[in-house]
Amino acid sequence: MDVLFQNVRELVERADKEGKFISELMIEQEMAMSGRTREVIMAQMDRNLTVMEEAVERGLKGVQSVTGLTGGDAVLIQNYIATGKSLSGDLLLDAVSKAVATNEVNAAMGTICATPTAGSAGVVPGTLFAVQNKLNPTREQMIRFLFTSGAFGFVVANNASISGAAGGCQAEVGSAAGMAAAAIVEMAGGTPQQCAEGFAITLKNMLGLVCDPVAGLVEVPCVKRNAMGAANALVAADMALAGVTSRIPCDEVIGAMYRIGQAMSPNLKETARGGLAATPTGRALAAKIFGGAVMQGE
Amino acid sequence: MKFTSVFDIIGPVMIGPSSSHTAGAARIGRVARDLFGRQPKYVKIYLYGSFAETYRGHGTDIAIVGGLLDYDTDDERIKIAFENAKQAGLSFEFIPETANREHPNTARLVMGDDESEMSVEGISIGGGKIEISEVNGFKLRLTGGMPAILVVHDDRAGCIANVANCLAMHDVNIGHMEVSRIERGLTALMVIEVDQNIDERIIEQISYIPHITKVSKINN
Repeated sequence: MDVLFQNVRELVERADKEGKFISELMIEQEMAMSGRTREVIMAQMDRNLTVMEEAVERGLKGVQSVTGLTGGDAVLIQNYIATGKSLSGDLLLDAVSKAVATNEVNAAMGTICATPTAGSAGVVPGTLFAVQNKLNPTREQMIRFLFTSGAFGFVVANNASISGAAGGCQAEVGSAAGMAAAAIVEMAGGTPQQCAEGFAITLKNMLGLVCDPVAGLVEVPCVKRNAMGAANALVAADMALAGVTSRIPCDEVIGAMYRIGQAMSPNLKETARGGLAATPTGRALAAKIFGGAVMQGE
Repeated sequence: MKFTSVFDIIGPVMIGPSSSHTAGAARIGRVARDLFGRQPKYVKIYLYGSFAETYRGHGTDIAIVGGLLDYDTDDERIKIAFENAKQAGLSFEFIPETANREHPNTARLVMGDDESEMSVEGISIGGGKIEISEVNGFKLRLTGGMPAILVVHDDRAGCIANVANCLAMHDVNIGHMEVSRIERGLTALMVIEVDQNIDERIIEQISYIPHITKVSKINN
């Protein structure tokens, strides 16, 4: 078993030294650790990409969750883009709508690809399918987008957390947004170091984000947090491509995220006991959806 | 390293809404079924931490039951697992616990049928990845990502060597192995991760070795 990188510094150094993309290092590490061929690994990621595409398509047609708390917003945003009046820009809003589409499908118990988790599954595909229209990548470049995302997610998962219950929403949508930013930078022609800057800038702005799902559902505020994660990723990627750097190195930002997650009250880590879940309306929605009854089998 | 594959990060393909609470839960149920060796007739599912608070909203309940019915994380039948369980003769009960476990997403499944009973505790560590943390009171660490064999045996000299020899005879390579016991000289447990899926006939042979009381496997 050969681990090529354990942190972002090693990842970037190796990419620079060997003149390779970050996505290539992730593919090589996967080959080394799983013993599987490049073809098999690329084919599996291709299938994940297809699942993401189908989820976005389904969400853009309009879905509703069982509870009725979420659904239909992706359609509203697309209709708004079509009016030509968007203020923040069509590409940014397209990413936002496609992130929302994915999470609306997720909330409706549809098929999605966890990236890195189900609750944060919208950010990476949302940004990918939006920048696709601008950068016209090949299918292989789109698959590589997922490996670059995966490389950063891999570092976060092993050095901090990608679980809302362990680290708050910063660990889920925060990680997803950083992963997306890094992948956008690579696809747009940035250097490995710029990928790391994009990740760091994004995650810094997601630090402290609590996991406070209303009624314990992956709906409110999860769907809209994915929307903002996608927006955050695109803006940070543009900043990194413009040459803006993070004063705090990427690995230290990940370390900060871990410690913030440790210090966070359990009430704010996916227990639905605090934050938005504990607001009067949040509690009322929970009572309306679940009542007092305990669901149980025979 | 907790996460070894990029597909732990970009994946699994799954039925929503939560990788740790739905996909991870389905995997805990499925590994528990594997360890039991067949579909149980009844199961009591104790839920801890975040699982206890949010299991209904995340579909943790239907996912665990789906896993016990051998459904994978992307199996659409997870949505109708309760009805299917009733048809398959599996009764189930959920018991949210207030006690804290080491990890916030923990489930303990006490399952059985007319022949035997077994308890399996699993934790969902994020992104759909799980670890089995306890079997029949034995603490252990099993990822479910590799084929594995669990051997319950009397704590006697030579037991471990006999099992290892049996595996060697069948050309099965051991990747990782842990042995634990509740008390010296009494019952012990071997957890053996191996490189390839294990044939039923090897399990049978191991079960004939003296002082071996139970053998379970997880294929991958």
